[in-house]
Amino acid sequence: MENKNTILSVKDLCKYFPVYGKGFFTRITGYIKAVDNISFDLFEGETFGLVGESGCGKTTAARTILRALSPTAGRVIFKTGDTVVDLASMPENLLKSFRPKMQMIFQDPFSSLNPRMTVGNIVGEPLVIHKMAKGRQLTDRVKQLLARVGLSSEYINRYPHAFSGGQRQRIGIARALIMYPSLIIADEAVSALDVSVQAQILNLLMDIQDEFNLTYIFVSHNLGVIRCICDRVAVMYAGRIVEMAATEELFRNPLHPYTKALLSAIPYPDLDIKLNAVLTGETIDLAELPHGCNFESRCPYRTTDCLCCVPELKKVDDNHFVACLLKN
Amino acid sequence: MIDNKDYVLTIDGLKTYFEVDHSVVKAVDDVSLKIERGKTLAIVGESGCGKSVTAYSILKLIQKPGKIIGGKIVLYPSNGKAINISELNERSELLYHVRGGYISMIFQEPMTALSPVHTIGNQICEAVLLHSKTKISRKCAEEMAVEMLNKAGMPNSQARIRQYPHEISGGMRQRAVIAMAMITNPELLIADEPTTALDVTIQAQIIELMKKLQNEYRTAIMLITHDFGVVAQTADEVAVMYLGNIVEQASVREIIKNPMHPYTIALLGSLPGIGRIGKRLAPVRGSVPDPLRRPQGCTFHPRCEYAEKGLCDVGLIPGLEEVINGHKVACRRVKEIRKNGK
Repeated sequence: MENKNTILSVKDLCKYFPVYGKGFFTRITGYIKAVDNISFDLFEGETFGLVGESGCGKTTAARTILRALSPTAGRVIFKTGDTVVDLASMPENLLKSFRPKMQMIFQDPFSSLNPRMTVGNIVGEPLVIHKMAKGRQLTDRVKQLLARVGLSSEYINRYPHAFSGGQRQRIGIARALIMYPSLIIADEAVSALDVSVQAQILNLLMDIQDEFNLTYIFVSHNLGVIRCICDRVAVMYAGRIVEMAATEELFRNPLHPYTKALLSAIPYPDLDIKLNAVLTGETIDLAELPHGCNFESRCPYRTTDCLCCVPELKKVDDNHFVACLLKN
Repeated sequence: MIDNKDYVLTIDGLKTYFEVDHSVVKAVDDVSLKIERGKTLAIVGESGCGKSVTAYSILKLIQKPGKIIGGKIVLYPSNGKAINISELNERSELLYHVRGGYISMIFQEPMTALSPVHTIGNQICEAVLLHSKTKISRKCAEEMAVEMLNKAGMPNSQARIRQYPHEISGGMRQRAVIAMAMITNPELLIADEPTTALDVTIQAQIIELMKKLQNEYRTAIMLITHDFGVVAQTADEVAVMYLGNIVEQASVREIIKNPMHPYTIALLGSLPGIGRIGKRLAPVRGSVPDPLRRPQGCTFHPRCEYAEKGLCDVGLIPGLEEVINGHKVACRRVKEIRKNGK
């Protein structure tokens, strides 16, 4: 990336879900800190990966950025053209005009398409909602987009059930593209697909990125997919970003103990790289987070200091940030 | 025994068809496999290739409209007579002991494989009480369950046996399912995508656990998966399936280092993230065809890079032929593909 124009800047974003006590007059007894103080900048035209295990908050983070969920705290500065806005604090009624600029592709191509709507209606709906096209013009745009994602324009009157998983995901991509967004959040967009189809969709996503000048936030648990498509990666654990670096740097030189463990647990289709299950135990309960580092209970390198304070995400190298006391 | 190897199960010419809307889907079409004692055979393929149906056919768990219409499945227990599973009556006592006793199964989604209204301990004890050769007391069965859970790496197993599946995490549930499958000391363990629903760090733990238990009990494992990574880390032998047929079969080293069938080559080529970043992948073009309209000749030819008109799209499905030492490929052009390199 030569041009480092920041398109989105997330600052201290938090999303807490309240936990209610028992009884008739329910009281809030605690919070699940699904996303806890995450910050990062997103540059124009790049693919930023959010990776982590289930429950680490990657999907919640993505949805909070888009204001599909309202953030508890923090700012999301979004730049579109010459306007700079804070999505996190914007009132609902003003949000609508910014929605076309940010779109989402979902994981499950079976539940993300309405079975009662035709493909044409699904893909064209955003244009109708924003009153940007109708009639012949609408149909033409839909056909054009379907063709771009590799679907025949004859499919326009068919229903989603007639399509395979890969084709449905293409429909989902066409729907996201039709508003010519600048930011697309792909939430596990290829996880439900077979490997051969997964590769086709990844290729498509890479192709349209240049063509439509898109910036991606790519959420995935699959480190192979992340390594293939992302320019930079943030590793999340229990609601926090523990490490952030350029993809190649992260895979070559992981610094956080969790990242190291995660990378060593990937089963490679290579007989010379042996699997190494270093991590014992499971992810901690988000309702009962410790005072110090969230990873302390599973960390092989923990010291008594790790119990006391939360490690901050600190710069260790150009474009490499890590949140670990041992590395600071 | 057929050759000098010690097989635990042989499948010969298995055909399992499903009749839907007056036409027939050949989910498994003439599949032959042999599994060695104490070894792991992996069956790899994309969804709909018939890998799970093959496994279910071994246990005769095919439900209507499916039907096993041909083939012979024989189990060779380490002590005792060979059992011809394909000829067993649906209600026979022996089939009852084959399922869960001689052959155990682990399923993909541990939550649906466990009963939500029985405790973990209850469910594991049931397997012991039903399949034990000698009569044992409930208390004894419970002790065995605790011991097995310990071996399966379940922390605090004494307390766990009183818990219900919803009270424990996905990884713990899969450990419970593995304990339940292994407690009868089966000859063969069929694992249908055992780690697909799990996170990668938990997956690594479960893979190591299965290897450990396999060494201890000398159990043969039939691993059904779509993940070549898991295959490379666990399998001894590999069979690649496509649309109900085995298209390539060889040792794991051969499959990974020297794949010969165009489908296997393409599958390995479409794996993301191995040494390339930001580069386009080489996927298989198109998608798996409708099983009701299987292509003529080689079923893979419409998607194949090497397909030749007049050779690959005519006649019957090509059969598996040995190319070199135990490496079998079902492709008419395999010689040319090998010669010209990949």
